[in-house]
Amino acid sequence: MKAVLLGATTGMGRAIARKLASRGEALFLLGLDEEDLAKSAADLSARNPSLAPVRFAVCDLEKPETFAPALDAASEALGGFDTVIVTAAMFATQDALEDDIELARRLVTVNYANTVVFCEHARKRLLARGGGKLVVFSSVAGERGRKPVAIYGSSKAGISAYLEALDHKFYSEGLRVLCVKPGFVRTGMTAGLKAPPFAGEPEDVADTVISAMDRDESVVYAPRVWSAVMTVIRALPRAVMRKVNF
Amino acid sequence: MGKIFGWGRLGVDGRETFSEDLAKVTRGANLSRGLGRSYGDSSLPAVSTDSVINTTLANRVLSLDEESLVIRVEAGASLVELNKLLIPRGLFSPVTPGTKFVTVGGMVASDVHGKNHHREGCFGEHVRAMKIRLADDSIVECTPTVMPDLFYGTIGGMGLLGHILEVEFELRRIPSQWIWMESERVDDIDSFVSALNTAAPKFPMTMGWIDCLNRGKRMGRGILMAGRWATADEAKSRAPYELPHITVPFELPNIALNAVTAQAFNSAYYWKHLARTKVGLVGPEPFFYPLDAILEWNKVYGPRGFTQYQCVIPRHAGPPAVRAFMELLTRLGGASPLCVIKDCGPEGKGTLSFPLEGTSIAVDMAVSPDIQRIVDQLNEFVIETGGRIYLTKDRFTTKEHFRRMEPRLDRFVSLRDKYDPRRRIRSAQSVRLLGD
Repeated sequence: MKAVLLGATTGMGRAIARKLASRGEALFLLGLDEEDLAKSAADLSARNPSLAPVRFAVCDLEKPETFAPALDAASEALGGFDTVIVTAAMFATQDALEDDIELARRLVTVNYANTVVFCEHARKRLLARGGGKLVVFSSVAGERGRKPVAIYGSSKAGISAYLEALDHKFYSEGLRVLCVKPGFVRTGMTAGLKAPPFAGEPEDVADTVISAMDRDESVVYAPRVWSAVMTVIRALPRAVMRKVNF
Repeated sequence: MGKIFGWGRLGVDGRETFSEDLAKVTRGANLSRGLGRSYGDSSLPAVSTDSVINTTLANRVLSLDEESLVIRVEAGASLVELNKLLIPRGLFSPVTPGTKFVTVGGMVASDVHGKNHHREGCFGEHVRAMKIRLADDSIVECTPTVMPDLFYGTIGGMGLLGHILEVEFELRRIPSQWIWMESERVDDIDSFVSALNTAAPKFPMTMGWIDCLNRGKRMGRGILMAGRWATADEAKSRAPYELPHITVPFELPNIALNAVTAQAFNSAYYWKHLARTKVGLVGPEPFFYPLDAILEWNKVYGPRGFTQYQCVIPRHAGPPAVRAFMELLTRLGGASPLCVIKDCGPEGKGTLSFPLEGTSIAVDMAVSPDIQRIVDQLNEFVIETGGRIYLTKDRFTTKEHFRRMEPRLDRFVSLRDKYDPRRRIRSAQSVRLLGD
């Protein structure tokens, strides 16, 4: 595997990068900050002395002009890549987004519009070499319009719909799209929020995601129990959703 | 508002901020904490509104040079992760405390010591450099020669001079993944002190479990454990098995650990070592971290919580002082089965580093209405001998006692005056013992 990871310096992306590196996969890191990327690359190398040096390039989901050069740099360093994993996104609580409409605009732009644009650049490069894997982190928050995640969830609903369509359209050409729907996972992103039942750890999510990648699944809930939880939530009538606070 | 707990399970109101980016979140913060293994209030906020940074997500290895044996990590990197990385490569931390569930930042702040203290000193002896966020929000790199006062003040400084962001330290090569251990059943406290002295020149690692409940002739009986890394020839060809962890599923009632169950445990543990001496190979896990096999073992004390009293009695006070301490301890009561004795080597360079040459005794105690009186009396005794206590374990020492036992206190206060004159960085413990 030759994988490009956007957002692997933190959280679930970091956990996935560490597990792929321990398998000896060739990795290229994309992220916001050069110094931070260098530290994560050093971490992966120090943990796996036999691994090829991990290279990196700056890529900012708020700056679409960085997407193509970053992916080109990855392609050059890896000699072409067959896997792209996107864990990067923005998160803010519903209260914060309602208080700051500019923040809301930035969040939906990054999580939906710019992520779609990044994926378009990535899937064109994958298809040009006969296919590959595109793994993108959406969220269970996109499963149903819900009070606590009205804005964030809508951006994730959009990305989930896009990924499903990509799978339909390009499956026959060899593109394998995996839409990851994490439930609540204890990371820096969710720190400070009250953990609900079934909260997961990033390392366990990474195991789930990598096994779903290896088996070419198209949607995976992580932890997998969230699949059942969301089945129930999707089935609740609107009258109930208006009353409850989740 | 949530609660933040020390290992002794006495919590305070507060909220932790978790982030991979310590340089960002420590700006303006009041306290950093790692895995929360300090027993008392060292890692608890002074007031509930203080901003507390949890470092455990900042866990990257920034460099590892197997030639020069130097590693640099972010402060939240834990020994449990590092051991997994280092032991298979024939490397090990020069010093490990009795639990692997500690962060490197915490190991510096507590200047932890281990079974090899009489040879290697504390962890701080092996630190080469640190990156620290100071109270004025600047970030500095300090070493034994660059800002040495900050460097040595931070070693054992309980995180009070600045937020530790990165630590560079030396590693040791180990000849195998096994420990050659010799253990000996010891009859009483005097024999124990002399057995530790006899073992020290022969073994790089020594410590003992002592029975802190029996009085009279059997007072201070126990098991002396001495070990060294096995040579490649002695070691088994396979790596030690990874031991299963079990988790204490819920908090036991207070009554579960009482005088009768504690006595029963102690007798069983002592007589399980039926042969006078045993020798053989053991893995590093059961040798260094016997209690880590039981996750959340602190729940056996029940909702009342517990503390540990760890002190060192200086060598010059002599074995009679150790015996007198044991007499006082067993008379006051309150001890649990968990009691450890260790001979310490010379004092380190950390401004407030705990060990000094002598005998260290650590004993867990459930929190009871008597706990303050017990700690006060033990402290009075220890102060008389010229000894001191280990802040990482402490919750009940008074400001007055601390001042009397700590001749280095003025030096430490002057460092705080220099690096944090407004006392932005503080903990519940610093307010209790230093007043701010």
